[in-house]
Amino acid sequence: MALAEPDLGGMTGGLSACPACVAAPSAERIAQLSAQGSARIMLSLPAAHCAACISTVEGMLNAYPGVTSSRLNLTLKRALIEAEPQVTVDELIAALKRVGYEAHELDAGLLSATEADRTARDLLMRLGVAFFSMMNVMILSVAVWSGAEGVTRDLFHWISGAIALPTVVFAGQPFFKSAWASLRAGRLGMDVPISLALILASSISLFETIHSGHHAYFDAAVMLCFFLLIGRYLDYRTRAIARSAAEELAALEVPRATVLEDGTEVVKPISAIAAGDIVLVRPGGRMPVDGVVIAGESEVDRSLLTGESLPVFAGADTVVSAGEVNLTGPLTLRVTAAGKDSSLHRIADLVAVAEAAKTRYTSLAERASRLYSPLVHILSFSAFGFWMWRTGGDLRYAVNISAAVLIITCPCALGLAVPAVVTAASGKLFRKGLLIKQGTALERLAEVDTVVFDKTGTLTLGTPEPTNLDAHPQIAVEVVMALAGASGHPLARALSEAAKARGLRPARVEDLREVPGYGVEGLWKGRRVRLGRAEWCGATAPMTETATWLCTGEGEAPRPFTFTDRPRPGAAEAVAALQASGKRVILLSGDTDGAVAAMAGRLGIAQWAAGQLPAEKAARVTGLTAEGARVLMVGDGLNDTAALTAAHVSISPASALDAARVASDIVLLGQDMAPIADAVRISQQSARRIVENFLISGGYNVIAVPLALVGMATPLAAALAMSLSSITVSLNALRLK
Amino acid sequence: MEILGILIPVSLFLGFIGLVFFIWAMKARQFEDPEGDANRILTKDWDDRPKP
Repeated sequence: MALAEPDLGGMTGGLSACPACVAAPSAERIAQLSAQGSARIMLSLPAAHCAACISTVEGMLNAYPGVTSSRLNLTLKRALIEAEPQVTVDELIAALKRVGYEAHELDAGLLSATEADRTARDLLMRLGVAFFSMMNVMILSVAVWSGAEGVTRDLFHWISGAIALPTVVFAGQPFFKSAWASLRAGRLGMDVPISLALILASSISLFETIHSGHHAYFDAAVMLCFFLLIGRYLDYRTRAIARSAAEELAALEVPRATVLEDGTEVVKPISAIAAGDIVLVRPGGRMPVDGVVIAGESEVDRSLLTGESLPVFAGADTVVSAGEVNLTGPLTLRVTAAGKDSSLHRIADLVAVAEAAKTRYTSLAERASRLYSPLVHILSFSAFGFWMWRTGGDLRYAVNISAAVLIITCPCALGLAVPAVVTAASGKLFRKGLLIKQGTALERLAEVDTVVFDKTGTLTLGTPEPTNLDAHPQIAVEVVMALAGASGHPLARALSEAAKARGLRPARVEDLREVPGYGVEGLWKGRRVRLGRAEWCGATAPMTETATWLCTGEGEAPRPFTFTDRPRPGAAEAVAALQASGKRVILLSGDTDGAVAAMAGRLGIAQWAAGQLPAEKAARVTGLTAEGARVLMVGDGLNDTAALTAAHVSISPASALDAARVASDIVLLGQDMAPIADAVRISQQSARRIVENFLISGGYNVIAVPLALVGMATPLAAALAMSLSSITVSLNALRLK
Repeated sequence: MEILGILIPVSLFLGFIGLVFFIWAMKARQFEDPEGDANRILTKDWDDRPKP
């Protein structure tokens, strides 16, 4: 078992002076793994959170036959499993479910975690090097500031230079590269003044050192590198987490379909399916393709596509679309469109188009840098010009001043102002179960004044709950319980659970038989009893609510069992909190009038509309935006995607369809809705902190720049201004509650 | 002032050890799963015998 301790390999190897040698064991391990021909499986475990979770999950996985090793990463909530090829992902997911953990397969290839990882570690390494040399140069500089003279000062300057110059070359690379890229694109990014300051400070210091000058800015140059790299690293990490989350979610559903080829079932990836193929969809499965039913009868749940909470009958010649869920019986489809041509994909494409057309939001940081970088250059060059004229052509003095101006104005605190706040805020939100996918989502969320909710699957869980069990005689409920127990249909499951909760026991019903697409029937005291669709039970009364019918035959009228969709926990709190903070709350749903009115009444939402088509929802959101409202759209279905994209900022629950999750900016990981109100509050707070941070760093500049311009900015003043402003800005970011 | 000739190299050397240690820790993926490692110390799984 060489693989049992994957991360401790280096620890036992002892300290080595060569970092590359230490990295070698992991390379060895990878080689070993591929030699064994084992499979790597990556699972997402959103519920893992504690020490006991690690023991349970790893203990279970390691004991599983065929699993070589497993490790749960609690930070990313992911398990990496090395297993022999015969172990399938589905088995592992089922096994994890038995010990109480919901797991999703992640496409390890798509995640490309290693790539992002390398960049982050690269930045971290540069940060470490910059820190090392900053500390050393600082110690030497303290001696110079406190009055070292003559040869000693020169010696200290030389040593500082020997440490600082290689550091600037190595640690400054991210800035140089991005400055070069932005210059080639003809723009003046933040990185241009940064690079200019680094280069100018290093070269003027070297020049001064050679000529035994008084002032060298080596400490300022490395300090600049260090503080800016912190900002860069935080920024990168937040974006990497957001990106991996987006990729992770996109990778959640690994699309496969069961194809019937000459009577045998073959599981194929969606990409290998063409129109005309015959596909089998089992009960509980999601339609992988668009098609026409050629055999089988069942009911399909279209709620993700249309918002209807009532399942629809599907028999021969019914047209089904990708994304619908097959409920009761197996269906055989002839594929009309698959993969890129399916309706699911077409809508996803529409969203992509809408996304591209969306007016791009300019973040606070972008606005600040647009204002800032020309100003810095103008200041520095005018200082240079002025002192050239004033001193009658003293190049050395003029360059010194303009370097000092660049160093002082350099956006050390500005580079930290946004990343520090965003990191603090997204950490807070992640703990509350919200994942920020878009970098600017937090700022946009802060501007929201109108919140539009979808109903089915968003405010509700999409799980039905019987409403009128008590209106029926006990014996009827017991018969229903027996019938319902024979079906996996969501309504049947809800009925038997509710009856069980009331302490009832199923009546003796024999010869139970599920008729896919219609319901369940059986023999009760010699009478044929049925539980199912209205027309099948002979009911004619029109119902506005979701209902299933029980008929006991022989002259008795069929009894309706009505349902309501269970509201998501925290939905009422979220709506109440949003209304209390003065937001306008609107409910838009594709469901029937009655169901929407009931939900709106229950949650206290005054403005609602039912029977909304996807285009109408989007138009409504666009209309609100045109009126000047900043809309937060919360939705989960395919029918919401266009509206999600059209909104200023959007949130969708993790249970939402892929397309909706891709379209939204923030994903709600848990079932609870309450964090949404919190998120709005935190985002407003963090937007305020960002502005405060800009003001703080601006304030330092207002004091320090005049000093620099008149030539009074010593290296000591530069170091003080830089570190003080960076520290205040970071502390201010941490005040977020 | 001759002491500087010893002290500066010594301090640089000590700092360098810290840097090497940091780079080693990063390469050995010590920062991969901070939350998991913090929790792992609390598990009792291998308290009685070392992990095989």
